Amino acid sequence: MGSARDHSVGKPTPNGRFRLVFPGDSLSVRGALRAAMRAFHEMGVAEGHVGVVEIVLAEVLNNVVEHAYADHGRGVIELDVSHRGIALAFVIRDDGRPMPGGSAPGGRPHDLDVTADDLPEGGFGWHLIRELTDDLEYHRSGNRNELRFCIQLDASLHN
Amino acid sequence: MDLVCHDSEDIRIVEVAEDRIDAAVAIQFKDRMRELSDNGPMRVILDLSRVTFLDSSGLGAVVAALKQMADGRRLELSGLTPKVAKVFRLTRMDTVFTIHPDISAIGVGLKNAG
Repeated sequence: MGSARDHSVGKPTPNGRFRLVFPGDSLSVRGALRAAMRAFHEMGVAEGHVGVVEIVLAEVLNNVVEHAYADHGRGVIELDVSHRGIALAFVIRDDGRPMPGGSAPGGRPHDLDVTADDLPEGGFGWHLIRELTDDLEYHRSGNRNELRFCIQLDASLHN
Repeated sequence: MDLVCHDSEDIRIVEVAEDRIDAAVAIQFKDRMRELSDNGPMRVILDLSRVTFLDSSGLGAVVAALKQMADGRRLELSGLTPKVAKVFRLTRMDTVFTIHPDISAIGVGLKNAG
Protein backbone atom coordinates (compact mmCIF):
# COMPACT_ATOMS: atom_id res chain seq x y z
CA MET A 1 0.00 0.00 0.00
CA GLY A 2 0.92 3.60 -0.36
CA SER A 3 2.79 3.36 -3.64
CA ALA A 4 2.08 5.85 -6.41
CA ARG A 5 0.31 3.12 -8.36
CA ASP A 6 -2.47 2.62 -5.83
CA HIS A 7 -5.84 3.96 -6.76
CA SER A 8 -6.55 7.01 -4.73
CA VAL A 9 -10.16 8.01 -5.01
CA GLY A 10 -10.97 11.41 -3.59
CA LYS A 11 -14.49 12.10 -2.39
CA PRO A 12 -15.86 15.42 -3.60
CA THR A 13 -15.48 18.08 -0.92
CA PRO A 14 -18.37 20.42 -0.07
CA ASN A 15 -16.87 23.13 -2.29
CA GLY A 16 -16.96 20.71 -5.23
CA ARG A 17 -13.41 19.53 -5.83
CA PHE A 18 -12.01 16.08 -6.18
CA ARG A 19 -8.85 14.36 -7.27
CA LEU A 20 -8.18 10.88 -8.64
CA VAL A 21 -4.79 9.25 -9.12
CA PHE A 22 -4.67 5.97 -11.05
CA PRO A 23 -2.44 3.82 -13.27
CA GLY A 24 -2.21 4.70 -16.95
CA ASP A 25 -3.82 1.61 -18.46
CA SER A 26 -7.21 1.20 -20.10
CA LEU A 27 -8.86 -0.89 -17.37
CA SER A 28 -7.77 1.60 -14.68
CA VAL A 29 -9.19 4.39 -16.84
CA ARG A 30 -12.54 2.53 -16.81
CA GLY A 31 -12.42 2.37 -13.02
CA ALA A 32 -11.47 6.04 -12.72
CA LEU A 33 -14.31 7.06 -15.05
CA ARG A 34 -16.74 5.10 -12.90
CA ALA A 35 -15.45 6.80 -9.74
CA ALA A 36 -15.55 10.23 -11.40
CA MET A 37 -19.13 9.75 -12.66
CA ARG A 38 -20.21 8.80 -9.13
CA ALA A 39 -18.54 11.95 -7.79
CA PHE A 40 -20.32 14.16 -10.37
CA HIS A 41 -23.67 12.66 -9.41
CA GLU A 42 -22.86 13.38 -5.75
CA MET A 43 -22.01 16.97 -6.73
CA GLY A 44 -25.50 17.23 -8.23
CA VAL A 45 -24.34 17.64 -11.84
CA ALA A 46 -27.29 16.97 -14.21
CA GLU A 47 -27.36 13.63 -16.04
CA GLY A 48 -26.91 15.14 -19.53
CA HIS A 49 -23.80 17.01 -18.41
CA VAL A 50 -22.38 13.95 -16.68
CA GLY A 51 -22.70 12.17 -20.03
CA VAL A 52 -20.71 14.92 -21.77
CA VAL A 53 -18.04 14.78 -19.07
CA GLU A 54 -17.78 10.99 -19.45
CA ILE A 55 -17.32 11.27 -23.24
CA VAL A 56 -14.61 13.94 -22.86
CA LEU A 57 -12.74 12.28 -19.98
CA ALA A 58 -12.76 8.90 -21.73
CA GLU A 59 -11.11 10.48 -24.79
CA VAL A 60 -8.57 12.51 -22.83
CA LEU A 61 -7.59 9.65 -20.51
CA ASN A 62 -7.42 7.04 -23.29
CA ASN A 63 -5.16 9.41 -25.23
CA VAL A 64 -2.79 9.49 -22.25
CA VAL A 65 -2.80 5.67 -22.06
CA GLU A 66 -2.33 5.14 -25.81
CA HIS A 67 -0.04 8.03 -26.75
CA ALA A 68 1.69 9.62 -23.73
CA TYR A 69 2.29 6.19 -22.16
CA ALA A 70 2.25 4.35 -25.51
CA ASP A 71 0.20 1.50 -24.02
CA HIS A 72 3.05 0.30 -21.76
CA GLY A 73 0.74 0.72 -18.77
CA ARG A 74 3.37 1.82 -16.26
CA GLY A 75 2.56 5.49 -15.81
CA VAL A 76 0.29 7.33 -13.39
CA ILE A 77 -2.48 9.76 -14.32
CA GLU A 78 -3.78 12.52 -12.06
CA LEU A 79 -7.20 14.05 -12.54
CA ASP A 80 -8.25 17.21 -10.68
CA VAL A 81 -11.77 18.55 -10.97
CA SER A 82 -13.28 21.71 -9.50
CA HIS A 83 -16.82 22.96 -9.75
CA ARG A 84 -16.69 26.68 -10.61
CA GLY A 85 -20.07 28.34 -10.91
CA ILE A 86 -21.71 26.96 -14.04
CA ALA A 87 -18.63 25.11 -15.27
CA LEU A 88 -16.43 22.20 -14.29
CA ALA A 89 -12.68 22.84 -14.57
CA PHE A 90 -10.39 19.88 -15.26
CA VAL A 91 -6.64 19.37 -14.96
CA ILE A 92 -5.08 16.12 -16.19
CA ARG A 93 -1.39 15.40 -15.58
CA ASP A 94 0.86 12.58 -16.69
CA ASP A 95 4.59 11.88 -17.01
CA GLY A 96 4.47 10.39 -20.49
CA ARG A 97 5.64 11.56 -23.88
CA PRO A 98 4.75 15.11 -24.95
CA MET A 99 2.03 15.84 -27.47
CA PRO A 100 3.41 15.82 -31.03
CA GLY A 101 4.56 19.31 -32.00
CA GLY A 102 4.12 20.50 -28.42
CA SER A 103 0.46 21.37 -28.80
CA ALA A 104 -2.96 19.74 -28.50
CA PRO A 105 -4.44 18.58 -31.82
CA GLY A 106 -7.11 20.74 -33.43
CA GLY A 107 -9.56 17.91 -34.04
CA ARG A 108 -10.97 18.78 -37.42
CA PRO A 109 -14.03 16.79 -38.51
CA HIS A 110 -13.46 14.03 -41.04
CA ASP A 111 -14.68 14.14 -44.62
CA LEU A 112 -17.36 11.44 -44.60
CA ASP A 113 -18.34 11.94 -48.22
CA VAL A 114 -16.26 8.91 -49.22
CA THR A 115 -16.88 5.26 -50.10
CA ALA A 116 -17.31 2.84 -47.19
CA ASP A 117 -13.77 1.51 -47.71
CA ASP A 118 -12.33 4.96 -47.06
CA LEU A 119 -14.32 5.76 -43.92
CA PRO A 120 -12.08 6.77 -41.00
CA GLU A 121 -11.74 4.31 -38.12
CA GLY A 122 -9.93 6.70 -35.81
CA GLY A 123 -9.14 10.34 -35.16
CA PHE A 124 -12.56 11.07 -33.67
CA GLY A 125 -11.27 11.70 -30.16
CA TRP A 126 -9.90 15.21 -30.49
CA HIS A 127 -12.90 16.29 -32.52
CA LEU A 128 -15.17 15.20 -29.64
CA ILE A 129 -12.92 16.88 -27.04
CA ARG A 130 -12.81 20.18 -28.97
CA GLU A 131 -16.59 20.14 -29.58
CA LEU A 132 -17.47 19.60 -25.93
CA THR A 133 -14.87 21.68 -24.03
CA ASP A 134 -13.82 25.32 -23.65
CA ASP A 135 -10.54 27.05 -22.81
CA LEU A 136 -8.41 24.02 -23.55
CA GLU A 137 -4.70 24.53 -22.80
CA TYR A 138 -1.78 22.16 -22.95
CA HIS A 139 1.56 22.71 -21.19
CA ARG A 140 4.68 20.61 -21.02
CA SER A 141 6.92 21.31 -18.04
CA GLY A 142 9.92 19.08 -17.49
CA ASN A 143 8.66 15.52 -17.91
CA ARG A 144 5.03 16.38 -17.22
CA ASN A 145 2.08 16.91 -19.49
CA GLU A 146 -0.68 19.12 -18.17
CA LEU A 147 -4.00 19.53 -19.95
CA ARG A 148 -6.59 22.00 -18.69
CA PHE A 149 -10.12 22.61 -19.95
CA CYS A 150 -13.63 23.52 -18.83
CA ILE A 151 -17.02 21.99 -19.52
CA GLN A 152 -19.97 24.36 -19.29
CA LEU A 153 -22.98 23.28 -17.25
CA ASP A 154 -25.32 25.75 -18.92
CA ALA A 155 -28.78 24.18 -19.24
CA SER A 156 -29.06 25.18 -22.90
CA LEU A 157 -25.93 23.29 -23.93
CA HIS A 158 -25.27 19.64 -24.60
CA ASN A 159 -28.81 18.62 -25.47
CA MET B 1 -16.84 -9.28 -25.42
CA ASP B 2 -20.31 -10.77 -25.25
CA LEU B 3 -22.20 -10.54 -28.56
CA VAL B 4 -25.41 -12.56 -28.86
CA CYS B 5 -26.65 -13.59 -32.29
CA HIS B 6 -30.33 -14.01 -33.22
CA ASP B 7 -30.97 -15.20 -36.77
CA SER B 8 -34.19 -15.08 -38.73
CA GLU B 9 -34.47 -16.00 -42.37
CA ASP B 10 -33.05 -12.80 -43.79
CA ILE B 11 -31.77 -10.84 -40.79
CA ARG B 12 -29.07 -11.50 -38.25
CA ILE B 13 -29.43 -9.42 -35.10
CA VAL B 14 -26.21 -9.07 -33.14
CA GLU B 15 -26.99 -7.89 -29.64
CA VAL B 16 -24.14 -6.33 -27.69
CA ALA B 17 -24.66 -7.82 -24.23
CA GLU B 18 -22.28 -5.38 -22.51
CA ASP B 19 -22.75 -1.81 -21.33
CA ARG B 20 -19.58 -0.35 -22.90
CA ILE B 21 -17.73 -0.49 -26.21
CA ASP B 22 -14.56 1.35 -25.28
CA ALA B 23 -10.80 1.29 -25.76
CA ALA B 24 -10.50 -1.74 -23.44
CA VAL B 25 -12.65 -3.97 -25.71
CA ALA B 26 -12.61 -2.31 -29.16
CA ILE B 27 -10.29 -4.88 -30.76
CA GLN B 28 -12.21 -7.85 -29.33
CA PHE B 29 -15.44 -6.30 -30.58
CA LYS B 30 -14.06 -5.88 -34.08
CA ASP B 31 -12.77 -9.47 -34.19
CA ARG B 32 -16.07 -10.93 -32.93
CA MET B 33 -18.00 -8.89 -35.48
CA ARG B 34 -15.80 -10.28 -38.25
CA GLU B 35 -16.65 -13.84 -37.15
CA LEU B 36 -20.35 -13.00 -37.02
CA SER B 37 -20.56 -11.34 -40.42
CA ASP B 38 -18.71 -13.67 -42.76
CA ASN B 39 -21.65 -16.07 -43.02
CA GLY B 40 -25.40 -16.08 -42.43
CA PRO B 41 -28.04 -13.55 -43.52
CA MET B 42 -27.07 -10.64 -45.75
CA ARG B 43 -28.60 -8.04 -43.48
CA VAL B 44 -26.95 -7.60 -40.08
CA ILE B 45 -28.42 -5.37 -37.39
CA LEU B 46 -26.19 -4.38 -34.50
CA ASP B 47 -28.46 -3.93 -31.48
CA LEU B 48 -26.82 -1.34 -29.20
CA SER B 49 -29.74 -0.92 -26.82
CA ARG B 50 -27.78 -2.27 -23.84
CA VAL B 51 -24.70 -0.15 -24.57
CA THR B 52 -24.72 2.98 -22.41
CA PHE B 53 -21.27 4.22 -23.41
CA LEU B 54 -19.15 4.18 -26.56
CA ASP B 55 -15.88 6.11 -26.92
CA SER B 56 -13.97 7.01 -30.09
CA SER B 57 -12.19 3.63 -30.07
CA GLY B 58 -15.57 1.91 -29.86
CA LEU B 59 -16.89 4.10 -32.66
CA GLY B 60 -13.85 3.19 -34.78
CA ALA B 61 -14.55 -0.50 -34.12
CA VAL B 62 -18.18 -0.13 -35.27
CA VAL B 63 -16.96 1.61 -38.45
CA ALA B 64 -14.41 -1.17 -38.94
CA ALA B 65 -17.23 -3.72 -38.56
CA LEU B 66 -19.13 -1.93 -41.35
CA LYS B 67 -16.06 -1.99 -43.60
CA GLN B 68 -15.29 -5.66 -43.02
CA MET B 69 -18.77 -6.99 -43.88
CA ALA B 70 -18.24 -9.92 -46.24
CA ASP B 71 -19.84 -10.53 -49.66
CA GLY B 72 -21.94 -7.38 -49.83
CA ARG B 73 -23.61 -7.79 -46.42
CA ARG B 74 -25.17 -4.67 -44.93
CA LEU B 75 -24.66 -3.48 -41.38
CA GLU B 76 -27.33 -1.34 -39.73
CA LEU B 77 -27.59 -0.07 -36.16
CA SER B 78 -30.45 -0.10 -33.70
CA GLY B 79 -31.28 1.20 -30.24
CA LEU B 80 -28.71 3.96 -29.66
CA THR B 81 -28.85 5.16 -26.05
CA PRO B 82 -28.34 8.92 -25.37
CA LYS B 83 -24.54 9.09 -24.93
CA VAL B 84 -23.95 6.68 -27.82
CA ALA B 85 -26.27 8.72 -30.06
CA LYS B 86 -24.39 11.88 -29.06
CA VAL B 87 -21.03 10.43 -30.13
CA PHE B 88 -22.52 9.38 -33.49
CA ARG B 89 -24.10 12.82 -33.96
CA LEU B 90 -21.00 14.87 -33.02
CA THR B 91 -18.78 12.86 -35.37
CA ARG B 92 -21.54 12.88 -38.04
CA MET B 93 -21.33 9.10 -38.22
CA ASP B 94 -25.12 9.16 -37.88
CA THR B 95 -25.10 10.18 -41.56
CA VAL B 96 -23.11 7.10 -42.59
CA PHE B 97 -25.17 4.36 -40.90
CA THR B 98 -28.79 3.35 -41.22
CA ILE B 99 -29.99 3.73 -37.62
CA HIS B 100 -33.26 2.24 -36.33
CA PRO B 101 -34.85 3.45 -33.08
CA ASP B 102 -35.26 -0.12 -31.82
CA ILE B 103 -35.44 -3.72 -32.94
CA SER B 104 -39.25 -3.83 -32.92
CA ALA B 105 -39.28 -0.97 -35.46
CA ILE B 106 -37.28 -3.15 -37.83
CA GLY B 107 -39.81 -6.01 -37.58
CA VAL B 108 -42.62 -3.61 -38.53
CA GLY B 109 -40.59 -2.28 -41.45
CA LEU B 110 -40.07 -5.80 -42.76
CA LYS B 111 -43.71 -6.68 -42.56
CA ASN B 112 -44.59 -3.54 -44.47
CA ALA B 113 -41.99 -4.34 -47.08
CA GLY B 114 -43.84 -7.62 -47.67
